[in-house]
Amino acid sequence: MTNAVEARGVGKVFSSRSGEVSALEGIDLHVAAGEFVSLIGPSGCGKSTLLRLIADLDTPTTGELTVFGKTPQQAREAQDYGIAFQQAGLLPWRTVTANVELPLELHGVGKGERAVRAKELLSLVGLDEFAGHFPHQLSGGMQQRVAIARSLAERPSLLLMDEPFGALDEMTRERMQTELVRICAESGAAVVFVTHSIPEAVFLSQRVVVMSPRPGRISAVVPITLGDVRGEGLREDASFFAAVTAVREALHGTPVTARGVDLR
Amino acid sequence: MTAAAVRRWVAPVLLGVVALLLWQAFVVGAGIKPYLLPSPTAIVEQLVLVLPLVWSAALATGMNVLVGLVVGSVVAIGAAIVAARSRMADTLLSPTAAALSVMPIVALAPALNTMFGTTSTTPRRLVVSVVVFAPVFVNMLRGLRQVQPVHRDLLKAYAATPRQITRTVTIPGALPYLFTGLRIASSTAVIAAIVAEYFGGLQNGLGSRITSAASNSAYARAWAFVLGAILLGLVFYLATLALERAVARRQGG
Repeated sequence: MTNAVEARGVGKVFSSRSGEVSALEGIDLHVAAGEFVSLIGPSGCGKSTLLRLIADLDTPTTGELTVFGKTPQQAREAQDYGIAFQQAGLLPWRTVTANVELPLELHGVGKGERAVRAKELLSLVGLDEFAGHFPHQLSGGMQQRVAIARSLAERPSLLLMDEPFGALDEMTRERMQTELVRICAESGAAVVFVTHSIPEAVFLSQRVVVMSPRPGRISAVVPITLGDVRGEGLREDASFFAAVTAVREALHGTPVTARGVDLR
Repeated sequence: MTAAAVRRWVAPVLLGVVALLLWQAFVVGAGIKPYLLPSPTAIVEQLVLVLPLVWSAALATGMNVLVGLVVGSVVAIGAAIVAARSRMADTLLSPTAAALSVMPIVALAPALNTMFGTTSTTPRRLVVSVVVFAPVFVNMLRGLRQVQPVHRDLLKAYAATPRQITRTVTIPGALPYLFTGLRIASSTAVIAAIVAEYFGGLQNGLGSRITSAASNSAYARAWAFVLGAILLGLVFYLATLALERAVARRQGG
């Protein structure tokens, strides 16, 4: 089976008036189909840039990047991925339903089919009652759930998420994480998830990719062996804390070995 | 009606009534000559007398305003869409809009009258279109440029065509700005239409009636037509406001 994402020696240089800034250098990364991978690191480590390269919102300066064996542009045009950003980015003049239907509408899906799919998606994210509401009538967490429903609209086999829970309070955030684990298990999609919260990365991922800044590189990859069933109880489990410690130490550059974690 | 709504209406109406009473008292008390300032009662007397004429004149002027407003706005919206999509079109169109906005209608109206002949409504409608163009163009263009980066990324991720981007994101986002432009344009359009009528041509509009009444020393009648002009201006202003509210409600605003 082809990998969802395959990056070999990918680099990105932004040229501005004040000179050239190397945002990413020598990125080697693969994300298997159905795998949940988080990118974590301090601001300026290029984790969002890497996500944008995969999404073909920017193009790499060097290296080779494929999405399901195609160029990112082909993958984007074939709608192989769904995307969600830190801002929900809902269109304020459209109802919740119309927002979820947007990608389907743009790709010529018929009215009836759109309505059925939107209904499914809204019940998936628990917002059936808010179908007719406008975005400004919803809380930040609810808006973000609409954005996630929208990103799933076309049943993508890859989900790209750029700090989708970054603007949410801790409680909402944890609830959304639990929901996301469930949704991903149901859809079987691979996920590339950008975050700067260590517990979030650990709770969600099968692997956590730790990045360091100036220039953005991958400094460690931490596999999280916490199993596939991840409920609220896991957050208080010793193995969870051990994994959090492992990622934290990888971020700070000190290697550790702990239970539930095997560092490579 | 709620208490707040009552307060919103009562205060300005009360102020108007007080002003009218003061005006009446001043004209009668100080013995002001009617050619200087007619009293409100004299104006209302005349208004009742010439009401059918005010009505038909307001209709004629209103039609010119409406046609000019629609033509000017449609051209301005189209031009703004083109200017937002192409830098070259923008460098061509924006100075044109600036030039049109400073063009004095008092100079334009007589010239157009000569061009199209004095029995045509076209010169008046053209004057209105010219006046409407600039505020609608400038505001619409500003609105079209307000697209949020996150929406731009999203639509690119969906591989949307330029036409789809314009239809689903750019134009709906620009609508509030368009209505700001239209609200400014609708009031100036009424003024432009009336001023254009001062320069000869057909004698069927409010502007023509005001000049002919004044030149016949029928001052109270001239004021009756002025009252008609004010009401016509209000009608257009309130109509655009209602349209704006209706669209905002549909957009969940």
